[in-house]
Amino acid sequence: MAEKELKVRPIRNGTVIDHIPGGQALNVLKILGISRTTGAGATVSVLMNVDSPKLGKKDIVKVEDRELLSEEVDKIALIAPGATINIVRDFEVAEKYVVDLPDLIVGVVRCQNPNCISNSSEPIRPQMQVREKRPVQLRCMYCDLPLTERIADFLI
Amino acid sequence: MLKRRHVLSSRDFSREEIDSVLKTAESLEPYARGRRAGWLEGKILALLFFEPSTRTRMSFETAMKRMGGSTINLGSSEASSISKGETLADTVRVMGSYADAIVIRHPKEGSARLAAEFSPVPVLNGGDGAGHHPTQTLLDLYTIKKESHLDDLSIALVGDLKYGRTVHSLAYALALYGAEITLVSPPSLRLPDQIISDLSRSGAKLVETSDLSEVVGDVDVLYVTRIQRERFPDLVEYSKVARSYRITPEFLERARSGLKIMHPLPRVDEISPAVDDTPHAVYFRQSFYGVPVRMALLKMLLEAGQE
Ligand SMILES: [Zn+2]
Repeated sequence: MAEKELKVRPIRNGTVIDHIPGGQALNVLKILGISRTTGAGATVSVLMNVDSPKLGKKDIVKVEDRELLSEEVDKIALIAPGATINIVRDFEVAEKYVVDLPDLIVGVVRCQNPNCISNSSEPIRPQMQVREKRPVQLRCMYCDLPLTERIADFLI
Repeated sequence: MLKRRHVLSSRDFSREEIDSVLKTAESLEPYARGRRAGWLEGKILALLFFEPSTRTRMSFETAMKRMGGSTINLGSSEASSISKGETLADTVRVMGSYADAIVIRHPKEGSARLAAEFSPVPVLNGGDGAGHHPTQTLLDLYTIKKESHLDDLSIALVGDLKYGRTVHSLAYALALYGAEITLVSPPSLRLPDQIISDLSRSGAKLVETSDLSEVVGDVDVLYVTRIQRERFPDLVEYSKVARSYRITPEFLERARSGLKIMHPLPRVDEISPAVDDTPHAVYFRQSFYGVPVRMALLKMLLEAGQE
């Protein structure tokens, strides 16, 4: 524990996303749209391939001075179903919960069907219904095609 | 009563809703044959066909006009120029402001669902790529009900069960009626596993075989679809398969006397023309039944909007 804290300093206020499967941290940032929503000023630190008794290797993402809402983070369950969210206030963990995939994912994953209308230049965002949470099973709301494997490849 | 504003996929329909459409269609049959009716007078149906489909387009047109309504039509060259220059969302918004309902046929899957999102008026899916074609499924069910029976039905689905969206939708709907479904196809064109497991879960009794002669004596309905040459790597293999699935009068000698043969048409040579004059052939009536079924849907959707 002490050794890990040496690698990245604790944050005073913000959100720590823990238990991300090793190597998925950048996809988590992508799903969260971190760069867009937090602006240039936010400090975001990423730890990759930390030893974890549960996951073997895990990644950790820390976003300073911003408390991510459950609606914002739940969609990372697409690729990190066991990720835990820690809301930190004044160096203390004020809230802690495990992400839970919502029933509908909008604008995050595109359909794998090249002939689907959601992959053409229409003024819509792709919509995926969540049919199963573990393992994740999605279904395109437009063409009904399922998406179960390689979900990270279809992140927008 | 229809519980929905749009007709996008037959899989959205409950058995009760299907039954009510079929019942309404039955009551409209005399009008489909020419008795005068003016229920939809002053109503306009927009036909947005982005790919050709004679039967679907003309039967919708007939259905509308038989009830006193009229249609506006997108010509094929207009359709192609629109699909190049404008989004479908915009086209549908504009056409929906001219008409009281829209029928759309489009080469992309999910296009009808998109149209429904943007249309101010009811949308009927006339076929979206390899996706859905709900009015075909409903007219197939109507044909089975009229010419055979939907309860305790034993039906064989024959031909290309892998790519044929018509048989996929029909199979899902038949499962709602607990039908006994025999799947007859060459091994390379089997019904996809996902659909087989969905169907078994929803109560259909399924048998799979590649030998048509094995089942012809045991079923009430043969639903025949076309096997396309492009699906086979070589012509020899294709010809062999195509021949073994060809329906001829000789082949029907072992059939039940009440056996009915259906086909979504157009046929190529899956059914010999010599079968046309036998009491088994119902495929031309099946085409006609598209009119009362589409009348029922239009009437239910458009009259619901008036309240
Ligand atoms: Zn799709």
